[in-house]
Amino acid sequence: MNTENYEIVPLRHYGRWVSGAVVIFLLVLIVRAFVQGQIDWPVIGEFFMAPVLIKGLGNTIIITLLAMIMGIALGVIFAVMRLSDNPVTRWFAGFYIWIFRGTPIYLQLLIWFNLALVFPTVNLGFWEGRMVDIMTPFFAALLGLGINEGAYMTEIVRGGILSVDQGQLDAASSLGMTRLQAMKRIVLPQAMRVIIPPMGNEFIGLLKTSSMASAIAYTELLHRAQMIYFVNAKVMELLIVATGWYLIVVTILSSLQTVIENRFAKGQTRNSAPSLLRNVVRIMSARRGMAGGAR
Amino acid sequence: MNNRPPMLQAQNVHKSYGRNEILKGIDLEVATGEVMCLIGPSGSGKSTFLRCINHLERIDQGRIYVDTKLIGGRIHKGRIYEQREAEICRQRMDIGMVFQHFNLFPHMTVLQNLIEGPVRVKKENRESAVERARKLLDRVGLKHLEASYPKQLSGGQQQRVAIARSLAMAPKLMLFDEPTSALDPELVGEVLAVMKDLAESGMTMVVVTHEIGFARGVADQVVFMDEGVVVEAGAPTKIFANPENDRTKGFLVNVGK
Repeated sequence: MNTENYEIVPLRHYGRWVSGAVVIFLLVLIVRAFVQGQIDWPVIGEFFMAPVLIKGLGNTIIITLLAMIMGIALGVIFAVMRLSDNPVTRWFAGFYIWIFRGTPIYLQLLIWFNLALVFPTVNLGFWEGRMVDIMTPFFAALLGLGINEGAYMTEIVRGGILSVDQGQLDAASSLGMTRLQAMKRIVLPQAMRVIIPPMGNEFIGLLKTSSMASAIAYTELLHRAQMIYFVNAKVMELLIVATGWYLIVVTILSSLQTVIENRFAKGQTRNSAPSLLRNVVRIMSARRGMAGGAR
Repeated sequence: MNNRPPMLQAQNVHKSYGRNEILKGIDLEVATGEVMCLIGPSGSGKSTFLRCINHLERIDQGRIYVDTKLIGGRIHKGRIYEQREAEICRQRMDIGMVFQHFNLFPHMTVLQNLIEGPVRVKKENRESAVERARKLLDRVGLKHLEASYPKQLSGGQQQRVAIARSLAMAPKLMLFDEPTSALDPELVGEVLAVMKDLAESGMTMVVVTHEIGFARGVADQVVFMDEGVVVEAGAPTKIFANPENDRTKGFLVNVGK
């Protein structure tokens, strides 16, 4: 039988059409509900760029950034302690993780903020001050979020370090590197590849957790939004504005994460990883090639 | 050259992991410029002994001297003080090591792998380190691959880079830990050729290997180890043609000579 000239009929996916239609229908319902709901849309537009809120957004970003830096630093230090040969430092690192990972962040923030009740004054020998002056909402939020983050980062960094082959340390040692040099130049850069993806998640998580700091009167984004709706009673409108800003920042962070991941992936694939730009160019030219072929 | 002290001297070296004694008193000497091949069944302690020479493993008993310097210890007023990390690192700079699984740094290019030691450890300036690295790459026949990453190279090429990386530190002694065991058969030759060239240039080498052909052709001294002791040692002609010990004979029959 000669089938050479037969037309090929592609399989029809009727199920996909049905499920697609259902999803679109539900989406329309949700959008319609919000449009008809009692939302004062102009208020959202009005407050989206309001300086009060932008200031709050700035504070959110600052506290997230600083707490993350603190978390990374603590994470590296405690991970190295956890992996050291010294049983005391190993135990101490375990204890740190146990405490700060085992209690709610909300509770930790309250403890830092109220530390003055236990230690009314701070005496560093050369300098003395009242705790209430030092433990501002900002400082309490930084310590609370940063030290908590450090506990999670410790486990992430430790996993990264353990993922690097022992042979790498042997090779570095045989070149005469000290353990510290080997850690800095050989082990950590390779561990980064394993550390970055979960670290990106931590960063995004921290950005959202920082809203907890509104409980101790740190004037971050959500706190500002609340302050405004306490006055003008536009509760939903301001919460939507805050939602929008969180999503915008998270989207930017996610794309940043991809860029950093690509950077640390170097040398890990047989073909050097193409950059985002090169990928786009490649896809575009492939499209053009296809279109040309059709013509 | 017989008057010179040996480059490597091991006396009664013992090493245990827990209750498991891996080395039960090793005595060996390698003269400057000599190539010694260590052969023996797996688990006989060859690799462990090699790792003791540059103090990757700490020995439990005995002494190892490289270029007359005691490894891992300092003799002072009738006592041996265990050395600090910095001193151990300084000793390791004189001892190159090539591993079974290459252990190149995957996040660095070939050239960066070669200059890492000289620049970071020896504090050599970058330009001269790069210049020497390129010469070494030329010597192992890989000049064109300096910008590649290790994962982009074949196993044989990676091992040649690893040899060049060790040579970049200008060591007095080179240790090879089964350098061809992880390679596809057709890639073994190129690595052995580089090692042969190195031996002919006068480098002192200790080679743990299963390549009997290489041992026969290049070694000045062949040492057969089994169960943590040196069973038999001597010139390759003697060991391979007239082994005295039954264990040596059995091993040579098994590896097919």
